[in-house]
Amino acid sequence: MSTLDEVLVGGVPAQVVDPGRPWLAVCRVDDLAPERGAAALVDGEQVALFRLLDGSVRAVGNLDPFSGVQVLARGIVGTRDGSPMVASPLYKQHFDLATGRCLEQPGTRVPVHEVRVVDGTVLLRLGEVARDG
Amino acid sequence: MSPAPRLPHRVVVVGHGMVGHHLLTRLRDGLAGADPATRARLDVTVLAEEHRPAYDRVGLSSYLAGRSEADMTMVEEGFFDAPADPDDSEDVAHRFALHLATPAVALDRTARTVTDATGALHPYDTLVLATGSSVFVPPVPGHDAPGTFVYRTLDDLDAIAAYARGRRSGAVVGGGLLGLEAAEALQRLGLEPHVVQLSDRLMPLQLDEGGAGMLRRHVEQLGMTVHLDASTTRVRTGPDGSVAGLDLADGRRVDVDLVVFSPGIRPRDELARASGLDVGGRGGVVVDDACRTSDPDVYAVGECALAQGQVWGLVAPGYAMAAVVAEQVLARVDTARPAPTATFTGADMSTTLKLTGIPVASVADCHGRTPGALELVWNDPTARVYKKVVVDEVTGAVLGAVLVGDAEAYPTLKALAASAGTLPGTAEQVLFPRAGDGPVVAGPAGLPDAAVVCSCLDVTKGSICAAVHDGARDVAAVKGCTRAGTGCGSCVPMIAALVTSTLDTMGVEVDRSLCEHFALTRRELYDLVRLSGHTTFTQVVTAHGTGRGCDICKPTVANILATLAPAHVLDGENAALQDTNDHVMANMQKNGTYSVVPRMPGGEVTPAGLIVIGEVARDFGLYTKLTGGQRIDMFGARLDQLPAIWRRLVDAGFESGHAYGKSLRTVKSCVGTDWCRYGVQDSTGLAVALEERYRGLRSPHKLKSGVSGCARECAEARSKDFGIIATELGWNLYVGGNGGMRPRHAELLVKDVSTEDLVRYVDRYLMFYVRTADRLQRTSTWVESLVDPDSGLSGVDYLHHVVVEDALGIGAELEADMARHVDSYADEWAATLDDPEKLRRFSSFVNAPETPDPSVRFTLERGQIRPATDVEVAAGRSRPGVALPMPEVVTR
Repeated sequence: MSTLDEVLVGGVPAQVVDPGRPWLAVCRVDDLAPERGAAALVDGEQVALFRLLDGSVRAVGNLDPFSGVQVLARGIVGTRDGSPMVASPLYKQHFDLATGRCLEQPGTRVPVHEVRVVDGTVLLRLGEVARDG
Repeated sequence: MSPAPRLPHRVVVVGHGMVGHHLLTRLRDGLAGADPATRARLDVTVLAEEHRPAYDRVGLSSYLAGRSEADMTMVEEGFFDAPADPDDSEDVAHRFALHLATPAVALDRTARTVTDATGALHPYDTLVLATGSSVFVPPVPGHDAPGTFVYRTLDDLDAIAAYARGRRSGAVVGGGLLGLEAAEALQRLGLEPHVVQLSDRLMPLQLDEGGAGMLRRHVEQLGMTVHLDASTTRVRTGPDGSVAGLDLADGRRVDVDLVVFSPGIRPRDELARASGLDVGGRGGVVVDDACRTSDPDVYAVGECALAQGQVWGLVAPGYAMAAVVAEQVLARVDTARPAPTATFTGADMSTTLKLTGIPVASVADCHGRTPGALELVWNDPTARVYKKVVVDEVTGAVLGAVLVGDAEAYPTLKALAASAGTLPGTAEQVLFPRAGDGPVVAGPAGLPDAAVVCSCLDVTKGSICAAVHDGARDVAAVKGCTRAGTGCGSCVPMIAALVTSTLDTMGVEVDRSLCEHFALTRRELYDLVRLSGHTTFTQVVTAHGTGRGCDICKPTVANILATLAPAHVLDGENAALQDTNDHVMANMQKNGTYSVVPRMPGGEVTPAGLIVIGEVARDFGLYTKLTGGQRIDMFGARLDQLPAIWRRLVDAGFESGHAYGKSLRTVKSCVGTDWCRYGVQDSTGLAVALEERYRGLRSPHKLKSGVSGCARECAEARSKDFGIIATELGWNLYVGGNGGMRPRHAELLVKDVSTEDLVRYVDRYLMFYVRTADRLQRTSTWVESLVDPDSGLSGVDYLHHVVVEDALGIGAELEADMARHVDSYADEWAATLDDPEKLRRFSSFVNAPETPDPSVRFTLERGQIRPATDVEVAAGRSRPGVALPMPEVVTR
């Protein structure tokens, strides 16, 4: 799996696939620890994957905008007012995992990537920043 | 209003004791808001007789209990520093020049100059005499023989301590407040103490007959021998001319090796007398209500002054005089100020005796001399408690009190007496606040606003409550803005109670919730987990919280579980709770790489160990630096390199240093008796044993310790959470110290204990801290926050009550908790290397574990790596870490 270039995955309804942004298989969901993150290298870009308690997976950019370091995958996962979030391990700002917004400074956000889990495989589509939450 | 004249106003202060220094701080604070030109006019010269700046003379006896000279100083750092740039008008400040060991010897009031012992002349516009008092030594034969001392200065104490070595017994002539404190000091020095009192009772100024009788029983219980109605006629000397005993007028003989005189004080009025100022018949410089002497340019404050016809031998009246004089001086410096109105017309003479374990307090008119005074007396000889309240027959106002054996009601009674307040409820409810089931009306809430809570700094209940209304939410904040409680400290429990009751009346609920997921304090959560026996976060948050936690509560729960249900920090679901550093058992640095610190107990390391560390650092290209805790830190390791680095370290016998955890860091040590010419105990051995005992203990915040082999304190133990200093007889244990952002000296908890007792007390202290402190609360602020309304004790006194006296009866439980930790300890890194499941988290990328993080870049500086800056990366002046192929981690 050292190269991830063009692993197109079957079973995904064609109409939701943006032809310019393929779904890429990243890892098995079992490779991820519940309520903790892991970094992944997807098409040369660093992504932070988080497996929540319900088995769903969220993905945001791994780059912490406050420190400029690729570390968000190493933050603590939790909830703020019921919504899943991650705390940056360096200076402890919190990011909403659905919107990518920084909770302390809503003007700052990290990219959110679309994720699905199909047959235990984590699929990711880069570059989709979610709508305002 | 004319513009301030540019000529400086020269103030000479003779004497630098507590009162003299209080005057200086009042002057400084009084000009804090003035314009630079006005501030620049104040030019103060202080002539001090002693060779050290003002120190806490009231707490003199604590010096022999182990308090350091540095800890006793009254002078803030930088107070006497010269202004940064005297030529810069923006930066010009008032000037305080302190001349130590330079007593004034002559005063010329015509020329308005003071001559010091070096012959230098100091011209003044205003002169303040703050020369204090000296001890009255009765001129009996032998009064100056070798082995006779007075009890007044730190030098006196050093001399007494030096002479006491190897001697058996000592007598204090004088059974007043100071005499008894001196007797306790002799006992601390290992001498059998005698108290020789001229009158028929101890502390006759402050106690009535009943109270003095009860005090005598307490004092004798401590092992002091009391001689009453004892007039010393001679200090008997031995063949070598040194002290052998005392002869009394009625033929009694007291055989002792050393004599301390403390029968009373004499005002130091020599300068005033020689220069023709009015002095009292029995000494003391006569002053008016503004503390002015018979020369309007000369003031006198403190124990050298005769104010309202009497000499005031306590610090609080001295402070009050200093405040009056400060206003006078400020009005001369700053002509724009309103004319001074403050006067000194008398002061509260309430006081407490500072003898370990004997609460004694005297309030205002303790003898009931006010016309129409009635006395309410409670006397319980079985419990050795005597209490008396003096009230006005008509109004019921509190006039005074005597308390022996239980002085809990002292702050309330003192405040009532100072404000002529009536008893809130009945006398019984004040004297026995916990008696019966009725509502307790006593306590601070019932006091009038004018009641003086802190008599050292003259702060009323009203000002403290106002400070709380203005946003001060705890004792520290109230201290900061009112200065209440910063003098003798006896009112701190009272301030704490006032803060709580005021917040209650304001309807402010102090939200001590951990976070949105737990409406509990760490301490409450700890107790709940302890009682419910939960072992996972899911159990804890389901039972006591909401949601799925956050970066505040998860590490806190992990930390609590680590103590109560010891398991590897990366076991099961609890691995997900761990904070940034604990999660990978290394310290994340600014560029996302980690530093690695193997444990070196006591700072000991073998040459072979050093070589391994050197090889590891070289092979992985790590930056190395020595830490302040006597070990070696290796920086720049990527996440994926940590297991391979630790495989090498564990194989060489190293263990985790827990530099990443809220846990014990290091026990720093000196080389003690093994190598040092001065060491009196094996400090290195103890440090190694303590570090191995407490390694891995998870606590509310990091813990540091140190062990010094002698009083030279090379291990800097008093800047640690728990520090140990060797004595001839064993170990002294100090607690609550801190370096860092808010330095604080550790305070003596217990002295001269055996190694076994020491370990027991440290076990209890640490476990009590683990149980009760807030999240991320260091021991220094935790100790300061300890206030017990039941016992009236606070800080380290309360800690002594719990840890040494075991007053809560939890000693055995705390020791058992610690024993469980010690028994279950295993090296976290060795266990991790043995577990492929735990090693999975050390991948760079879940989908590309062999690819090192390409964003980590370094630059070379002074021959080692450091994180590259963005500019260096953009300019191509950076490189990745060492490109060695990563050896596979072999699990054994």
